[in-house]
Amino acid sequence: MASNGIKDRVAIVGMGCTPFGEHWDKGADDLLVDAATEAWKSAGVGPDDIDAYWLGTMGSGVSGLMLSEALKLAYKPVTRLENMCATGSEAMRNAAYAVASGAYDLVMAIGVEKLKDSGFSGLTGSRPPSDGTDPTMTAPATFSLLAPAYAKKYGVDEATLKQVLARIAWKNHRNGAKNPKAQFRKEVAMDKICASPSVAGMLGIFDCSGVSDGSAAAILCRAEDAHKYTKHPIYLKALSFAAGPAEGYFSQDYDFTSFPEVVASSRDAYKQAGVTDPRAQISMAEVHDCFTPTELVLMEDMGFSPRGQAWKDEQEGRFDLEGAQPVNPDGGLKSFGHPIGASGLRMMYEMWLQLRGEAGARQIKSPKLGLTHNLGGAPGRCVSFVSIVGSELG
Amino acid sequence: MGAGKGERTVASYDEDAVSMGVEAARDAVRGASDIDTLIFATTSPPYAEKLNAATLAAALDLPRTLRSLELGASTRMGLGALLAGADAASAGGRALVVAADVVIGAPGGGRESGSGDGAVAFVTGPDSEAIAKVVGRASATAEILDVWRLPTDPFAKQWEERFGAETLGPIVLDTATRALKSAGIGPADLATVILDGTNARAMAVIPEALRLKPEQLADPLLGAVGRTGSAHAGLLLARALDRARAGDRILVVAGGDGCDAIVLEVTAKVEAARPVHSVDRWLGSKRNDLPYNTYLKWRGILPFEPPRRPEPERPAAPPMQRAGHWKHAFFGSRCEACGTGHLPPQRVCVKCAAVDQMREERFSEASCKVATYTLDHLAYTLQPPVVAAIVDFEGGGRLSCELTDVDPKSVAIGNELEMTFRRLYTGQGVHNYFWKARPKR
Repeated sequence: MASNGIKDRVAIVGMGCTPFGEHWDKGADDLLVDAATEAWKSAGVGPDDIDAYWLGTMGSGVSGLMLSEALKLAYKPVTRLENMCATGSEAMRNAAYAVASGAYDLVMAIGVEKLKDSGFSGLTGSRPPSDGTDPTMTAPATFSLLAPAYAKKYGVDEATLKQVLARIAWKNHRNGAKNPKAQFRKEVAMDKICASPSVAGMLGIFDCSGVSDGSAAAILCRAEDAHKYTKHPIYLKALSFAAGPAEGYFSQDYDFTSFPEVVASSRDAYKQAGVTDPRAQISMAEVHDCFTPTELVLMEDMGFSPRGQAWKDEQEGRFDLEGAQPVNPDGGLKSFGHPIGASGLRMMYEMWLQLRGEAGARQIKSPKLGLTHNLGGAPGRCVSFVSIVGSELG
Repeated sequence: MGAGKGERTVASYDEDAVSMGVEAARDAVRGASDIDTLIFATTSPPYAEKLNAATLAAALDLPRTLRSLELGASTRMGLGALLAGADAASAGGRALVVAADVVIGAPGGGRESGSGDGAVAFVTGPDSEAIAKVVGRASATAEILDVWRLPTDPFAKQWEERFGAETLGPIVLDTATRALKSAGIGPADLATVILDGTNARAMAVIPEALRLKPEQLADPLLGAVGRTGSAHAGLLLARALDRARAGDRILVVAGGDGCDAIVLEVTAKVEAARPVHSVDRWLGSKRNDLPYNTYLKWRGILPFEPPRRPEPERPAAPPMQRAGHWKHAFFGSRCEACGTGHLPPQRVCVKCAAVDQMREERFSEASCKVATYTLDHLAYTLQPPVVAAIVDFEGGGRLSCELTDVDPKSVAIGNELEMTFRRLYTGQGVHNYFWKARPKR
């Protein structure tokens, strides 16, 4: 995979993030105003200082007008984009490349989603007119396909795997409990997680990310300009995005224990950032734990655990807040919530806080490199984004 | 179910007269060529206006030059369709005759407990190929108020039975007698007599009047299947043919608003043409665990709390048209450069990226197995949970699809499956037919 990367050329100088949750009293426009205002304030700028905007939303609105109208932007370029659950990350990637190109000096990437207004359980969304032959699997069902395949391939009995998955949920709820902006701020006992009603396959309610409303925003500029806006910028070391050929849905070679798209995008990101040993060099990660088996498999795909070993690493606490390589310190999609278009930027918001030493009760001790990972689609057919960020140049 | 002690067949929540018709016809057309006419009889058409036979033809991949006929309004049209098929054969053609019905009765009534759902299919052609030749026939049409149903009514009504016996009975007897006369044989020459009609008492006139022996009468399967509407006379005939020997003569009589009768003589070809699934084999693959309230829910009789999910959207006409060969006949594609199978058909190979080097391949008869699976408790369905699986086909090719006729607890990686044509759902008044996998039967 070829990419030149923009290591240390672009910095994040301001961020904002609304609390995620059930915002019955706020529309998508309100959430955008809240996140943008916080980001402007954080960088010490106003709307007119931003040269261009990238707005990510999967289904809460269309066109750049969704943002410009809410923020009353004065004739700025606003790009609205969508890449399923990786929409927020995709907004940031495009904004960063626009800065790196020299086209703009200061830009904002902002993501938003309003999911709770639909009245339905789980994710919904209208599809284009179709022939009606697409399989009727909900999101938890598609990700639950990983569990029996993983159990069979690595000889993990289902009861043990269920415990491992529950522990992932337990960990992320435990982290989220320390986060004032998270949707769910309570620790949840292992047996309660295991006993939760079944949603799909081995997955219970507690194996699924929170359906929520929220928005998050980042302000980016060239690295050399970063100190104009903040004492503590964070620098983009790598941005990598991969859309797969949907091989898993056509080829019998794919065995539903991996995301090849994640393997490709993480390897590309490591190359851009000069990371040779991700298990040792990545201090912390925010990964796309949409469902608990996803996080399990991601650990192997990103090289945090050897193949077939992530279930042991999870059990041994390697990815706990106090572990060797904390994963989802902010609670992840699991307890922070998952308003689709905002999630990728929410992950970066946690990096922003952690790398600046502002993460409070869940602060990780002197992190060097942070990774965000955000995917959309389903096992065998997805898009994957990986970023690597740090607080120091070089 | 209902008041009686017996069993009745029940079409699953994703079956209807069309999908069951396809199931029956797949077996019938195996090895048959040059079918130029399709005749479909049902009193429970999924569409009141739109040719249901066209869906059958598409699923069976019958030629575009096909002539289709659709018969309804009386269960007698099941046998009427077979007679029409015989006419088509006499004219030098080959016809596929399909009769199918989902029969619903008012809850608790005799029509509910005494009916069954079923489908049957025959191919008619020249005598030189026949497993059974038509050697005699007769018909009658009579205006009698026996069974009736308004187009808007869910359940049929019936006049009290004795009236039918006295008015329809003599007509039925006369028709059967004329059929025998046209065949030039007597009642004693018959190996099997099949009697089916809207009015059981009217049909009961025949055995006594013709002095038939009990062993000549085919089991009407009322306790094991129930009367399957338009399909029933044909179903009993198919079962008789499953057991028939060369030289046997079979009389089939179907009564209702008149009568049709046909005399068949079984040929020596019957042995070589036994279907893959005999009637008794189908009956033996039954499941017997359907709660009555679930049945009522499937038939739309019992309102129920819908899942908190958006209702399925109707499929759209142009994409259905473009995907017709895939959607209905289950044609995928295979890359001519590297041999990789694709479902649905693709233009670009997932393996070698060759562009437009695909040939069509039909996967409907291929064996397949579970690669991985899930039980989806959230998805919208009349029968939760949706059992969904990644299915790998023998010889290559993979599909993500629903499983049906399956015990969710029994699903495991490696399970053997076969494909079946079903109605996935009905969205905004449009039926969405497609294929599902089911445990091999």
